[in-house]
Amino acid sequence: MVLGSVPVKYRVTIDRDRCMECGRCIENCPYGTFRWEGDKITAVSRNCTACHRCIAMCPRDAIGLEERPVDYRSHPVWTVEAREAIFNQARTGRVILAGMGNAQPLPSIFDRLLLDACQVTNPSIDPLREPMELRTYIGKKPKRLEFSRTGAGDVELETKLTPNLMLETPIMIGHMSYGAISLNAQLALARAVHKTGTFMGTGEGGMHPNLYPYQDRLIVQVASGRFGVGIDYLERGAAIEIKIGQGAKPGIGGHLPGEKVCADVSCTRMIPLGSDAISPAPHHDIYSIEDLAQLVRSLKEATEWKKPVFVKIAAVHNAAAIAAGIARSGADAVVVDGFRGGTGAAPKVFRDHVGIPIEAAVSAVDAKLRDQGVRNEISVIASGGIRNSADVTKAIALGADAIYIGTAALVAMGCRVCGNCYRGLCPWGIATQRPDLVARLDPEKEAVHVANLIEAWTLEVSELMGAAGINAIESLRGNRDRLRGYMLDEGMLEVLDVLPAGA
Amino acid sequence: MVKKIDAAGLHYTPLNRQVREAVAAGEDEIVIEHVLGQRFIADGLVGEVTLVVNGVPGGDIGMFMRGPTVVVHGNADHAPGNTMEAGRLVIHGSAGDAVAHSMRGGMVFVRDDIGYRGGIHMKAYNARHPYLVVGGEARAFLGEYMAGGTILLLRRGSKEPFAERGLASGIHGGEIFVRGEVDDGCLAVGAVKKSFGDEERAGIRPLIEEYCRHFGCDAAPLLADDYTRIGPASARPFAGKYTWE
Ligand code: SF4
Ligand code: SF4
Repeated sequence: MVLGSVPVKYRVTIDRDRCMECGRCIENCPYGTFRWEGDKITAVSRNCTACHRCIAMCPRDAIGLEERPVDYRSHPVWTVEAREAIFNQARTGRVILAGMGNAQPLPSIFDRLLLDACQVTNPSIDPLREPMELRTYIGKKPKRLEFSRTGAGDVELETKLTPNLMLETPIMIGHMSYGAISLNAQLALARAVHKTGTFMGTGEGGMHPNLYPYQDRLIVQVASGRFGVGIDYLERGAAIEIKIGQGAKPGIGGHLPGEKVCADVSCTRMIPLGSDAISPAPHHDIYSIEDLAQLVRSLKEATEWKKPVFVKIAAVHNAAAIAAGIARSGADAVVVDGFRGGTGAAPKVFRDHVGIPIEAAVSAVDAKLRDQGVRNEISVIASGGIRNSADVTKAIALGADAIYIGTAALVAMGCRVCGNCYRGLCPWGIATQRPDLVARLDPEKEAVHVANLIEAWTLEVSELMGAAGINAIESLRGNRDRLRGYMLDEGMLEVLDVLPAGA
Repeated sequence: MVKKIDAAGLHYTPLNRQVREAVAAGEDEIVIEHVLGQRFIADGLVGEVTLVVNGVPGGDIGMFMRGPTVVVHGNADHAPGNTMEAGRLVIHGSAGDAVAHSMRGGMVFVRDDIGYRGGIHMKAYNARHPYLVVGGEARAFLGEYMAGGTILLLRRGSKEPFAERGLASGIHGGEIFVRGEVDDGCLAVGAVKKSFGDEERAGIRPLIEEYCRHFGCDAAPLLADDYTRIGPASARPFAGKYTWE
């Protein structure tokens, strides 16, 4: 069958008047887009992924990049993506894998939620002069406190508190495994969470020894493949997260392709060099909520009940009922990962079509847990497509205790969301294990960038709270009165439990 | 010195606490009496100690364990040896589903039968190599997603070919030995039969001998019998499934 070649996705041009033939673009592009032809540099546009590395590194701003320079006949149903996916599958007969999060142009609910501010009747608070309480505790909270009085007249707390994580900001960094991202990228994130008093996830790839100095701020993950999971690993973590599902690909497992399993990755994952790292779709020791409770308790028992255990699920239709089950499994936090969550690689059909928005899921989970009177038994962490401090604030107002960011932290380190992570050639040294590319990412400098981002968002969250007359994050949590829906239908407003703008 | 713990009416947490304290105090043998359904015995336990469990433990015995030898005089429930790193688990009886789930080192011996999904996702790495030896029968999905290690199924007393379905589906490392014939219809995607020669026979010999030592049976006939060896068709079972966007 002859399908011919599909048009180039990007057109790279070099402005001859500006170019000084320094060759930096050639050095920087791992995809081989640039090459010398005689004494001139030329570009092979077909190789380009729009990672912008060359553009960022060109000293003369000589590089131009245009998306989809070749038009198809426009058609509202048979989009370019639909047609190109068919070409691809007609050729290969295979499942299409894609990187980063959902790429469907679906409307964002966050963008249709508007925040409140005080005017006249209730003065707004200036975070510069008033203390703002953003400290967040993740873990079970007691329903009531019992006290006793000692002989000397002191009051003592009788209730036994369960261990909680103390966060200085409700913003955490979600699980991106070593293997999916580089060690330098993980190190930068680890330093950033140390600086900002928050936590990050290790992902399911085990913990590299270079991360040990940061272990008190690392949440270790236990996924269905149990890669890197051993008693030492569990004991190192500040908390343990059981990964049931992920927003980018609910219902399926993950395959880290063998070519990404280099010597170091093989060592932290504890699997042979070059073999596929296959995480089955379910945990094969969990076929029910009772089995989940068994795994939660086994992890607690192994670590002598000193660590909170989280359970992460993808936001799916039944997320609220599932979260209620998780609350009863003894878990300390439920992580709900929305359908816009990122990933290094996921089947495109899952990435784009399975799961529900985090806004709806977190609201439904919060409402269900309150209905059942167990909201205090479990913290709610929202993740999947959180892009700015407004999203953070809205997610908390919809009922989250804290949020995880993933892609946003990578963007802070240079990621351009080019979506080619699966190729293992990330020009920013993030989603790659190739030593020369990894070396491009300076963990020291990028830690500053990521910490800056967390600090800036934290500052903005406190400003937004202050404007709304709120001085403690606790008063924002689940406070839907501070949200109004704009151009959301009645059904969605009901799920979100939010009034329309003007009401 | 033998330390005795009476588990009658005891919850698993205080039971494990007593075990840990005994190990910390340097005991090298601990006998737990009247075990009845307590889960997570020796969960995450580290050390060179022998635990004798008299009774019927609950699920996940020896989970995350590294080092100890646990001898169970009774049946074990769900997932003994789950994600175990090193040590020995010797079960004088049968065990439930998901025995040796994700186990990455050490040895599990089950005298009689096991349930479904035995040895699922076992994996080997460097010096760590998990072994699961079962004297009786195993149900479906034995060695599913297996990434490394060795499973030996002795099927003592059985003459018919092994006929449980889903055998080794998605296997991408490790080996399974089944005494006697295996019905071809049981082999799942990714699993193939491989040759069983002198080298392989020599390889499983110590496992058979150790099994017989633990459970007091005659090794000679088991050593003389033929075995079917099953392994992965490829270390990259999913390599041909995907295309990139
Ligand atoms: S792949 Fe990146 S570095 Fe290469 S040409 Fe495209 S934008 Fe530039
Ligand atoms: S991590 Fe790298 S490869 Fe992945 S989207 Fe970002 S820039 Fe592209």
